[in-house]
Amino acid sequence: MGAQLRVYKRRIKSVTATKKITKAMEMIAASRIVKAQRQVAASTPYATELTRAVTAVATGSNTKHPLTTEVEAPVRAAILLITSDRGLAGGYSANAIKAAEQLTERLRGEGKEVDNYIVGRKGVAYYGFRERKIAESWTGFTDNPTYADAKKVAEPLIAAVQQDTAEGGVDELHIVFTEFVSMLTQTPVQNRLLPLSLEEAVEESGTKGEILPLFDFEPSAEDVLDALLPRYVESRIYNALLQAAASKHAATRRAMKSATDNAGELIKSLSRLANAARQAEITQEISEIVGGASALADATAGSDK
Amino acid sequence: MAAELHVELVAADRSVWSGEATLVVARTTSGDIGVMPGHQPLLGVLESGPVTIRTSEGGTVVAAVHGGFISFADNKLSLLAEIAELADEIDAQRAERALERAKSDEDAAAERRADVRLRAVAVR
Repeated sequence: MGAQLRVYKRRIKSVTATKKITKAMEMIAASRIVKAQRQVAASTPYATELTRAVTAVATGSNTKHPLTTEVEAPVRAAILLITSDRGLAGGYSANAIKAAEQLTERLRGEGKEVDNYIVGRKGVAYYGFRERKIAESWTGFTDNPTYADAKKVAEPLIAAVQQDTAEGGVDELHIVFTEFVSMLTQTPVQNRLLPLSLEEAVEESGTKGEILPLFDFEPSAEDVLDALLPRYVESRIYNALLQAAASKHAATRRAMKSATDNAGELIKSLSRLANAARQAEITQEISEIVGGASALADATAGSDK
Repeated sequence: MAAELHVELVAADRSVWSGEATLVVARTTSGDIGVMPGHQPLLGVLESGPVTIRTSEGGTVVAAVHGGFISFADNKLSLLAEIAELADEIDAQRAERALERAKSDEDAAAERRADVRLRAVAVR
């Protein structure tokens, strides 16, 4: 076998192995999307009921709560950015980070300081490499978040919102994550979580236009709101984590699918080249034999004379 | 037809139980409360503890609820809890072991969780 042909054969073998791996990853991601979607669906009833309750208290009473009132001159905002722990997902993490950068830029333009809270190793690495300050970060659960994880994330955020701004607290809480629109579309979104805007909450729960009954609060409207709002934030963060996980799997699937397709293309063009090299080798061998034979024939013909 | 109310018991990550009931007893921060069909719209904060649902078929469903809310309007009752388990799902022996472990570790939260589970099993 000629040297050229051997090189092609070796490359085909290695690309085939890569293709097998990417194909497997694609299929794993596809099965995980379904699982993640099911989790999003399972968490919906709780989120809807909670939003209904929050709207009921907030509209049904004149309670003022630090988590629902807008500060006149906000000086500091917190951004919770949700990225993934692992790569191989195309532009998934990069897009979320870009959205967070835009939001940071906008908030800075409005004269607010920005505290960064980050979920996922990719985001931590991005901010760490640029030596930006991270208020707090969490890693290790982005593929399969549980409610306990969401609680862990929400805890310092709620504490920061409740704290006085002068003592390092924040006035606003924004969340940046990748929304799972469909199998093919995932878009990074920026949402303001707190202070709570009721119109948005109502729209999201799909209870728009519904007249809420006059509730009897047990023990009191303030206490109920006090207990409800942290849970509401937790449930929103949980929902964001689940959607981000589903988006991550969808992005992985797409990235791996194109990697598999590309590997297929590469194998095809490499085998063309390998075939051409083989043909060239054979042609050369034939012409060598023919050349040799005719030289021999010429030589004997010459010696006869 | 006897008066009925629709109950949804939802945990943060799943829907635990839903169905028709004639009476629901739960513990709010200001004491036990029983809700029957036609009750005034109510929104309350729940204590950790067992919730008893008397179904319209005459059976009883007991669930351990770890904090959460009770909301009642239009004859629909929602029990929201971060963690909720039906008494049938609870492994009593495991809860007892957890209670002992929590006591020796002085882990108050775990102790309370195990205690609520055991109480729910006892009511069943």
